[in-house]
Amino acid sequence: MSFASILIQLLNGLAAASSLFLVSAGLSLIFGVTRIVNFAHGSLYMLGLYIAYSLIEMLGRTPLGFWGGVVLAALAVGLVGIVIETAVLRRIYRAPELFQLLATFAIVLVIKDAALFAWGPEDLVGPRAPGLGGAVEILGKRIPVYDLLLIAIGPLVLAIMHLLLRRTRWGALVRAATQDREMVGALGVDQAKLFTSVFFVGAVLAGLGGALQIPREPANLDLDLSVIADAFVVTVVGGLGSLGGALLAAVLIGVAKAFCIGLGFSKLTLVAEFVIMGVVLVARPYGLLGKPQAVARTAGEAPPPLSPPRWQFPVGWIAVLAVIPLLTDQYVSVVLIDIACFALFAVSLHFIMGPAGMVSFGHAAYFGLGAYAGAVLFKKAGLPMEAALLLAPFCAGLFAVVYGWFCVRLSGVYLAMLTLAFAQISWSIVFQWDALTGGSNGMVGIWPAAWLADKGVYYYVALGLCGAGIAVLWRVLFSPFGYVLRAGRDSPLRAEAIGIDVRGFQWAAFVLAGTCAGLAGAVFAFSKGSISPSVVSIGQSTDGLVMVLLGGVDTLVGPVVGAAVFTWLRDALARETDFWRAGLGLVILLIVLLFPQGLVGGLKALYARWRAA
Amino acid sequence: MLTRNRLLAGAAALAALSAIAPVSAQEPIKIGELNSYKVFSAFLDPYKKGMELAVEEVNAAGGVLGRKIEVVSRDDNGNPADAVRAGEELLTREKVAFLIGTFPSNVGLAVADFAKQKKTLFIAAEPLTDKIVWDAGNAYTFRLRTSTYMQTAMLIPDAAKLKKKRWAIVYPNYEYGQSATAAFKKLLKEKQPDVEFVAEQAPPLGKIDAGAVAQALADAKPDAIFSSLFGPDLAKFVREGSQRGLFKGVEVFDLLGGEPEYLDPLKDEAPVGWYVTGYPWYDIKTAEHKKFLDAYQAKFKDYPRLGSIVGYSTVLTAAAAIKKAGALDQEKLVAAMKGLQVGTPFGPVTFRELDHQSTMGAYVGRIGLKDGKGIMTDWRFVDGKDALPSDADVKKMRPAN
Repeated sequence: MSFASILIQLLNGLAAASSLFLVSAGLSLIFGVTRIVNFAHGSLYMLGLYIAYSLIEMLGRTPLGFWGGVVLAALAVGLVGIVIETAVLRRIYRAPELFQLLATFAIVLVIKDAALFAWGPEDLVGPRAPGLGGAVEILGKRIPVYDLLLIAIGPLVLAIMHLLLRRTRWGALVRAATQDREMVGALGVDQAKLFTSVFFVGAVLAGLGGALQIPREPANLDLDLSVIADAFVVTVVGGLGSLGGALLAAVLIGVAKAFCIGLGFSKLTLVAEFVIMGVVLVARPYGLLGKPQAVARTAGEAPPPLSPPRWQFPVGWIAVLAVIPLLTDQYVSVVLIDIACFALFAVSLHFIMGPAGMVSFGHAAYFGLGAYAGAVLFKKAGLPMEAALLLAPFCAGLFAVVYGWFCVRLSGVYLAMLTLAFAQISWSIVFQWDALTGGSNGMVGIWPAAWLADKGVYYYVALGLCGAGIAVLWRVLFSPFGYVLRAGRDSPLRAEAIGIDVRGFQWAAFVLAGTCAGLAGAVFAFSKGSISPSVVSIGQSTDGLVMVLLGGVDTLVGPVVGAAVFTWLRDALARETDFWRAGLGLVILLIVLLFPQGLVGGLKALYARWRAA
Repeated sequence: MLTRNRLLAGAAALAALSAIAPVSAQEPIKIGELNSYKVFSAFLDPYKKGMELAVEEVNAAGGVLGRKIEVVSRDDNGNPADAVRAGEELLTREKVAFLIGTFPSNVGLAVADFAKQKKTLFIAAEPLTDKIVWDAGNAYTFRLRTSTYMQTAMLIPDAAKLKKKRWAIVYPNYEYGQSATAAFKKLLKEKQPDVEFVAEQAPPLGKIDAGAVAQALADAKPDAIFSSLFGPDLAKFVREGSQRGLFKGVEVFDLLGGEPEYLDPLKDEAPVGWYVTGYPWYDIKTAEHKKFLDAYQAKFKDYPRLGSIVGYSTVLTAAAAIKKAGALDQEKLVAAMKGLQVGTPFGPVTFRELDHQSTMGAYVGRIGLKDGKGIMTDWRFVDGKDALPSDADVKKMRPAN
């Protein structure tokens, strides 16, 4: 690379960083004050692009029309943010931590279908910025003028935000709430208003980030999820709550990607940001400029202790599940096999997320690696199908040994994001290693042995294996090991003081959960006959989280109920309506608002009230 | 008010209707269809319309085997596992005769393997991957759409004619882009042994860093570029490339750039002079296309995209296969598919006995501008059978069943 090329790629990286910074800044601000992991932030970005496109078409492609459209679009997205906050999130602030994630996940689904309905499926290529559509020559290379403008906008917005946060009363309140929101409430500040205003500002930043991309990015329906992952990464690499850190991280990632491309390693851009995040988090557990997280004193109510189920409960269910295939058509077995796999997957996620207190955003890694391990052992190593199925979970467990060792050193959202980094790195290897994993196409011909070929028979095997996995995990929760995990979650200091090696136990829990997720993945792979990288993807991890939260993270059987309801709903809705995504989102929103403790938690509370009455 | 008399009259009318239409008295033949409607909606929305039109036409002509046909569609969410589950549901619950559809390669391959396991006919509509009929081909799977290899091969004569030495390549980083690139390099090298490939960029699908990619390509000083980008990636690449002067004095080929799905969003920025394959629906004068175009526009008040052709022709293929087989027995259907001839808007196509690939062709031409919209100019139709490798090569790739 010549010096000129290096300079231009540096500028490219800076321009790419600008919008990413705006989105991440909004995400960081919202998380800091409300502790909400706003999964819908990417959707707000996407809406910014779509609305700006329509406004500019309406106002005309003049400088006034363009910039007016951009600013109005950002404000409109801010209004959407207000609606989301007041109509949905405000009602569930007292729910268990992360429950709001479920609500924002549902909002993603609704916004996606709403955008499809309003703007249609075709990509919308916006106009160039009037007067700024050309390029300037730097050292004999051309770079678009608009890119230079974007490079300036990032730091400019940072400066404005800095002034807002340091020089205004609102800013003082936001900073105070970020440090200790209960204290701010106790001092008589109207938290509802503060949260709404923060959500508005965060949404405006996301909308602005999207609207400013109009000359660079066609409005399309895949933007939401592709942006949200990047924004999470930037926020965490920079350090939660640090806007300067977010800018630094956005620049670091933008420039690193531009140089991957410039140096001819374009395939690395698939995973570059996640590698950077992994390295940063291992070296600096709170991101580049972040500080240790303030402990929220009452993030909802403290989780109630779990109670072991009575023996009649599992025996009854086993009896019911055993006779179902005899009474129904074969498709019921097919759906129940899926539910069995996802139930074990969700229970294994709940195992580390609930009782062990380690949230994982990348649990699909172990599900997917288990599935791939089964497929590779069967197809490439030539093992009998039964052996491949039984060995696969231990391969996933081996990965959990390695990944877990790093992850348990962190806590909270940082831990969650490190699990995501490992999952994405695994995904990109699976996605690109054609010789072993079949690359993006995945692998086919992973059918069970002849005696298991019938779905009715495979159903009993799936039920047996997944049921055994769930039984082991539940049994462990009520063993001394399980109590140690809960001690480590509820009071790490005291646990350490009485001589418990909290990290060591967490690590062991991580490996056990990973192994069980791997078992779920292997059973799943052989039930489908084929696998593709989507079993390791963010979508699969999110599904797991949704199942756990939907059922209720503070309950034992919640994840199983969540897995069953979510799988069944998706299957049924997809058949009934074209807009099944919005339908699914609305149903989840309804559940979220009616049962802020999750389905099982909510039903338990109802039952308790009925008993008391 | 609803009186008894009116009720009786209604019942009589119904009875009369069923008397003159004995076909409707029988259950329709159900055909199971899977596709990623929500994930690739730009392509699959017109595809669905094409299917609807074909179903209507087939049934208006009396259906097949004396029965109407009905397509039962399921959204597979772009996910092979969901597709296989939906396939199970279609076969066991809906009792469909066989399966058609799918869009992304990984879903197509998974359903093909599922069809083999279930010994059920599967007519893959859109997946471009070469593997579905070659490396991973099986006895029960047939594919309609012109494949990656075929479309690439159709561009080779133009590419070789230019006698450009330094080529740069850009492709989305997944199987389709990789196959297109491999096929292009191999075929061009055969025609023009002194060709040099000076730069290769493989951005992730849907996430191209277009400025940096355009710059890196320009740094390699290519004489010509071969791209297999499409959708938002293509739009971004076109805009950044032209702003940065990448395309000045450089010939560019884009594999799918002429398909209305990807060309139309570019509007007046459509890159004039690029060599593409696509679908110039506004210019095709053949009788079979005109009939299709008129019917489509009358029904939907919209112009067809390439997806419409694929959806329409897939359903016609399914109907023709049933008609030829004379029964819904899987082995008879598979036998009927071999060598089956179907009249599509692109002219007659044959499903080859050798590898189950149809000979559907494609339009090859250059991008032009007309009334602020991208169009294809100087186009010609290339028959699919002329863009396939030799029978011996195909036999080597395809596993014996």
